[in-house]
Amino acid sequence: MHFMNNASPPLNVHDLTVAYQRQPVLWNVDYAAPAARLVAIVGPNGAGKSTLIKALLELIPRATGEVQFFGQSYAESRQRVAYVPQRTTVDWDFPVTAHDVVTMGLYGRLGWFRPVTRAARLEALEALERVGLADFARRQISQLSGGQQQRVFLARALVQRADLYLMDEPFAGVDAATERTIIGLLQALRSEGKTALVVHHDLQTVQEYFDDVLLLNMRVIAAGPVATVFNAENLKRTYGGKLALLDQVGHQMVLAGRTQ
Amino acid sequence: MNGPWSDWGLIDTWIVITAALAAMACALPGTFLLLRRESLMGDALSHATLPGIVLAFLALHALEDAGWLSASGFAAWRHPALFVGAAITGVLCGVLTEKLQRWGRMEPSAALGVVYTSFFALGLLLVRTSADQAHIDPGCVLYGNLEMVITDTIGRTGIPRAVAVNAAMLAINAVLLIVFYKELQLCTFDRDLARSLGIPADRIHLALIAITGATVVAAFDSVGSILVIAMLVAPPATAILLSDRLQSVLIGAVVVAAVTALGGHLAALAVPAVIEGVFRTTTTSSVSTAGMMAVVSGTLFLAAWCFSPRHGLLRQWYDRAHLRQRILSEDVLGVLYRLEELRPDVTPGADRASLAATLSVAPWRLWRALSRLTKRGWIEPGGQGVMLTDVGRTIARGLVRSHRLWESYLAKHFIVPDQRLHQLAEAAEHFVGPQVQQALAEELEQPLHDPHGSKIPPADHNTR
Amino acid sequence: MSPFESLSLLAVTEWARVFLLRDYNTRIVLCGTVLLGIAGGVIGALMLLRKRALVADVASHAALPGIGAAYLLMESYRPDSGRWVPGLLLGATISAALGLLFAQGMGRIRRIKEDAALAITLSLFFGVGIALLTWIQALPTGHAAGLSEFLFGKAAALLARDITSIAVAGGIAVGVVVLLRKEFCLLCFDSEYALASGWPVHGLDVLLTALVIMMTVVGMQSVGLLLIVALMVLPPTAARFWTDRFEPLLWLSGTIGGASAAGGVILSALVPKFAAGAVIVLSGSLLFALSFLFGTRRGVWWRYRGTAATQRQIALDDLLRACYEILEPYLHSPDALTEHPIAQSELLQKGRWSLARLQPLLRLAERSDLLRRDFQDRWRLTATGRRAAIQAARNHRLWELYLIHYADIPLVGADRSADAFEHSLRPEILEQLETMLETQSPRLTVPSNPHAPHDPKLSATATEVRP
Repeated sequence: MHFMNNASPPLNVHDLTVAYQRQPVLWNVDYAAPAARLVAIVGPNGAGKSTLIKALLELIPRATGEVQFFGQSYAESRQRVAYVPQRTTVDWDFPVTAHDVVTMGLYGRLGWFRPVTRAARLEALEALERVGLADFARRQISQLSGGQQQRVFLARALVQRADLYLMDEPFAGVDAATERTIIGLLQALRSEGKTALVVHHDLQTVQEYFDDVLLLNMRVIAAGPVATVFNAENLKRTYGGKLALLDQVGHQMVLAGRTQ
Repeated sequence: MNGPWSDWGLIDTWIVITAALAAMACALPGTFLLLRRESLMGDALSHATLPGIVLAFLALHALEDAGWLSASGFAAWRHPALFVGAAITGVLCGVLTEKLQRWGRMEPSAALGVVYTSFFALGLLLVRTSADQAHIDPGCVLYGNLEMVITDTIGRTGIPRAVAVNAAMLAINAVLLIVFYKELQLCTFDRDLARSLGIPADRIHLALIAITGATVVAAFDSVGSILVIAMLVAPPATAILLSDRLQSVLIGAVVVAAVTALGGHLAALAVPAVIEGVFRTTTTSSVSTAGMMAVVSGTLFLAAWCFSPRHGLLRQWYDRAHLRQRILSEDVLGVLYRLEELRPDVTPGADRASLAATLSVAPWRLWRALSRLTKRGWIEPGGQGVMLTDVGRTIARGLVRSHRLWESYLAKHFIVPDQRLHQLAEAAEHFVGPQVQQALAEELEQPLHDPHGSKIPPADHNTR
Repeated sequence: MSPFESLSLLAVTEWARVFLLRDYNTRIVLCGTVLLGIAGGVIGALMLLRKRALVADVASHAALPGIGAAYLLMESYRPDSGRWVPGLLLGATISAALGLLFAQGMGRIRRIKEDAALAITLSLFFGVGIALLTWIQALPTGHAAGLSEFLFGKAAALLARDITSIAVAGGIAVGVVVLLRKEFCLLCFDSEYALASGWPVHGLDVLLTALVIMMTVVGMQSVGLLLIVALMVLPPTAARFWTDRFEPLLWLSGTIGGASAAGGVILSALVPKFAAGAVIVLSGSLLFALSFLFGTRRGVWWRYRGTAATQRQIALDDLLRACYEILEPYLHSPDALTEHPIAQSELLQKGRWSLARLQPLLRLAERSDLLRRDFQDRWRLTATGRRAAIQAARNHRLWELYLIHYADIPLVGADRSADAFEHSLRPEILEQLETMLETQSPRLTVPSNPHAPHDPKLSATATEVRP
């Protein structure tokens, strides 16, 4: 089944279901992201927010579903999508500097076997400047604070010059200054016509920072502009606890090896 | 009978006993190492104790050569000296690894790798250097020489010294295990909880490593310093695939270890004949028992992997096939019921061809399902082909009820297009048991119709 | 010439012969072993960073049955050809690859974790190998003595044709790493990001494993399969103490590998009794020990020196703060800090030190011109000491306030060698803390900021700064 809208949305998800480590985590997610907006993905722990991002990027397998980026498959549109993972996934003792990490964002553009060019390193440095870390370029990454590490990851995504940014909890455990830097950057991106989907855990700041919201608790509760969708009733449904029966039956099904 | 085992003698019995005692002694600490994901620690320990063992040997030989030790004294002091030497290097290894980790900020496996390879190189150096004096045979050190070791007996009893040593080690391990069972269990499962309860988890860990080292040294003679890894890991791994409780795992590991020893020696005697047959050479040599023990232990593990009654591969295949059949049978019942519901005036039932077409399933599979259903009395020949019996109808009714309740449940909580509802419920209905059904009905407050408008059949009080 | 003189002359000429590489054999062996060391170091660095350091151990142990089987096959096919090295190496490669596949397959069983899978594979394959080997060794054809060379290596007896295989393998390995260095860096650092960016993570992993198997099999001829893993573990761990960057780590690891190989070969040429393989590994251990102690990036020696100085500073600060607290009630009189005596018993009452620990500390303070002795156990602060005591007390109280009120804000500029506490807090927070102290907690008075430029050595130390 293919959708070809005239202006293909940055992200179009149809009927996505994911089972992860013997538990169904996402059921029948249907979502179309609007262009040039900042979207918050909100839900309780275990709601499948990170899983959604990873499933979109084909990092974990999907049971069912179709995902299109700008009207094309992920493989075709990879250059236009940038990923900022959770900070905890990386070994901070690894012998790389902040500059090196940001440069990694350009490896895709450089291609196989080519060495890292001067121009590439300069570009990476510029991205570091944009996030305010130009002075820290030569530091080994374990010497950076939590907020600085997050900004390095962000710079790595910026350097890809993508049109859609998928971010997994970029505000977790960062200080206020970093948070302001990040949100400033996101707003700059939006004014350039880019879209960002951000997994966000702090309900207090959703209305202030984001234009749209996707309320997720193993399935889409509601999605749309913050003004209309982000209300008490929807929040109650989102945070109202797991659907026990869904869990139970789903678990049996996954155990038996069928998730349809 | 003139097979490879026809010459079984007392020596063979002693070999098996020694090997079995060594393997059983290893299986006990090995189980805990396995559960703590520290199996490679056993590998490291056996490598690291080498220099200590060799140095102890060399010291004893030097004493003997200098005349301070008689031949019988040498035999008597051999084992204690080995233990002391191995203990010293073992402790050194553990301490160094910890210091490297802490002061050098190294990863645990990297620190371990550095320390044990260096110690092992030192040990090999000593072994090779002193091999000239024909005191230590490198091969023997690495993989043991049970056949020789048996000949060293205690005084006049004819009991090989190795038997006494390994029996003592097994007894010590068993006693410690029984006395500290609760603490070991807790520390292995949840270290932090143990600490919070005041149990010294770190000291228990160190003690475990020390006991493993001692066991490794005791088994050294029988299986050498390398194959002892097999004894530490394989029997516990086999036991873990076969049972779910720690006690059974421990007992299982010990049993498997004993079987391994017996099987290893039997194989060692039998294998040369096999190799001769395959490679068409003639020889009367034999194969190292220790080597074959490692092979047998691996084979037992693989067997457990395939045939384990609860977790084995075969069991999984069987379960899956069984499930597929059950689902197909239930689908048949469902189809028949809906036909009756849809067209109550027409002759009930359906013929095989149309059933196969509706369910999109191969005719032979359908045939199997139908015969199964008929045998259970849920369908019978009649009507247009086969039709539901009364019992069958009740069961089908329950299934359809599950299906429609599930659709209502999904519709309540999800944003799902109608066509999808049916598909999803079709998959889920086979997993909605009577309790779930009841819970669904309660949550939905006893609905009468599903989202499509179809009537939800009432609950039956003798569901399947 | 006396026997002693002739012996020493002999020794000297012998050493010269070895060191000047006049000996053809030594040249060959050196060449091959150094190449092996370099390539092993580079590949080992990648494996270490990919967190699979001990895979080489499993590969090498799993290679043994392949060697035995290859020998038997070749012997039965054509007698006396059993020792054809390329055939044996091929058998080793296949066997090692099978072993790793087996371990991977076993790792999929939920109850068997990765370490157990590796250990079982290692012992199973090695057991088969040993069984084959002992049987072969007892065969009347008897050529099998050479097979144990694979176990222990024949570093000192390498022939020119053995060097070829080592050189080719090493060249390919290093060449691949040079070509793909950025790809491997990405793979080792953040494989998930690499996957999301479209890199074939699985393919790269397979390539890396293939390189490891290749180096393992080829290196077995030199140091033996029991020790080849050391050539891949020691150099990168040593190199890590000298650099914090990826490419320098790779090449330095190769260099250290080559150097330890060279050292080992030379040493074992001088003392032929020593098994060359073990000596090569032990030279690697020596280089590791030196790096561990004196490495410029993380060497223990440098950190210890820093730490000892730090510890002294902390102890002095504690002492000075205690002095300040004792003198605090008398602060209304202008020169109390330098004039009022402090009794040793008062310090002891603080409960922070035993007498045994207090006395050397007091002597240290005296040597550092912070305290001067009044009578036997009465002391006074010097002018320098006064400033330092104020600073110490002030820092401590600001820090307490920070913890109470601001503990959820992380320190900015996490420069771990920060000397002065104030520099680690942002200025506006510092001001707020000071105001807060003055207004809200009158009981806790903060000493005024000493106007003298403070000596970094006397201010709060790094440990108070680290949260």
